Amino acid sequence: MTMVSDAPALQQTSEPADNAAAPSRAARYARPLLGILLPLTLALGWELVVWLGWSNGRLVPPPSRVFATIAELARSGELVRHIAATLWRVSLGFAFGVVAGTLLGAISGYWSLARRLLDPTVQALRAIPSLAWVPLFILWLGIFETSKVALIAVGVFFPVYLGVMGAILIVDRKIVEVGRTFRLSGFAMIRRILLPAVLPAYVVSLRVGLGLGWMFVVAAELIGASEGLGYLLLDGQQLGKPAQILAAIVIFAILGKLTDWLIELAAAPFLRWQDAFGPAKGA
Amino acid sequence: MLALDRVSKTYPNGVAALARFSAEIRQGEIIAIIGGSGCGKSTLLRAIAGLDRASSGTVTLDNEAIASPHAKIGIIFQEPRLLPWLSVADNIGFGLTDLPATERREKVVRALERVGLVDKAQAWPRELSGGQAQRVAIARALVPQPEVLLLDEPFSALDAFTRRDLQDHLLDLWADTRPTLILVTHDVDEAVVLADRVLVMRPRPGRLFDQIEINLARPRDRNSPLFENFKRSVLTSLDRSLDRSVPDRDATQGPGQAMWW
Repeated sequence: MTMVSDAPALQQTSEPADNAAAPSRAARYARPLLGILLPLTLALGWELVVWLGWSNGRLVPPPSRVFATIAELARSGELVRHIAATLWRVSLGFAFGVVAGTLLGAISGYWSLARRLLDPTVQALRAIPSLAWVPLFILWLGIFETSKVALIAVGVFFPVYLGVMGAILIVDRKIVEVGRTFRLSGFAMIRRILLPAVLPAYVVSLRVGLGLGWMFVVAAELIGASEGLGYLLLDGQQLGKPAQILAAIVIFAILGKLTDWLIELAAAPFLRWQDAFGPAKGA
Repeated sequence: MLALDRVSKTYPNGVAALARFSAEIRQGEIIAIIGGSGCGKSTLLRAIAGLDRASSGTVTLDNEAIASPHAKIGIIFQEPRLLPWLSVADNIGFGLTDLPATERREKVVRALERVGLVDKAQAWPRELSGGQAQRVAIARALVPQPEVLLLDEPFSALDAFTRRDLQDHLLDLWADTRPTLILVTHDVDEAVVLADRVLVMRPRPGRLFDQIEINLARPRDRNSPLFENFKRSVLTSLDRSLDRSVPDRDATQGPGQAMWW
């Protein structure tokens, strides 16, 4: 049977707006460079100040000395060991925190009974400064890896929990009704409607969670560790080596930015459906 | 057969949206429900869909009471309500997850052909025009082959030209499996083009006021004098339904409204 033909007005679909003009090569490379401009200027400026002898750079070592420290740590193999230890703790803590936060967040977002039962307690726990757990975790879980991972997981859990639950609560009722007309309920509703709908907000909460994970790994490693970037910080303080402290800080910045970017990269293919203001179209 | 027996709905705030609505609808019949705003059209439809429960009264489909969404009942809303994270093809196949993948794919492809959107199979919903999106919604509702398809002002957000196109298209699709169609509309033209029977409702509280059989062969010529007559009789009934001085019983018991010319 033949189809009712399209009205001419229907035939032209609106293309996504971002196809407007492919950015030129120069613009493509210039854009990330723009972000480096400020730190680069500051670093070069400080380098110049020390080089000109306006400051001895003892407490605030110039970039060249910080990078020399990093290079030295790298040569001796220390750097890899510290980075590996820290990364391992963050990854493990992040994984536990995300799984727990997603699960509980989804459950209390979807079932109002669960929310009433669970959420007040979680919110009360969230109000506790997470560092207050440190002594308890050390008593319970010992001074080694377990207590550190637990602390990081706690830090990651709350933003993820809150992000998932909050986002589920504001999912469009009309979309949920579509799920209902196809007789979805419980975990099918969560998996097929709610989680995809909250994915953009979820990615944001993962990134916030990861940021807190990096924060808490430092706290955990300052307490008692024999390796890790946090240990480098403490060691630098105790032995009066500001260059080492700054080296650790620079590496934290790089790792933090890198892992954050990994989340963004991993999420991008799942968010292509979005019809949003978006980074490309942003003013 | 779909039977509505004294279906009433009173909202928690005390508003009586629907009062003792009864009707019997044959399998394959096309019903248009028309009425002034606040006459409970959408409330009625949501009760049939099982999305809301009636406060009293029953909805039964083939002697089975409907209290929650049912596999044999599909619904199309005023907005397409496509899931923005699924491609057009996946949206159409959304209700077919119990089927094996190959069978599902076949059905989706057939539906895409049927609604003329084969080239849009992998497009995102945001890339569709309003009319195209609503056609995807129609395909999604029809592909599980419901016995009853409910439509809640499905074309009201579209321009007149697209609306006309989709009305014809809907009839064309209906002819494939001949489900029962229950269409809520406020467009008299649409009601007369599509329906076998027009139910006129009256507001506060929403209740049945009049029924008009449209004895016109399909395809219907929108410009024929007969068509105009039916339109006029629906309009007259609609006017009377909003006139508070006309008592309820009068309309339904009056001399055959549909035959007045």
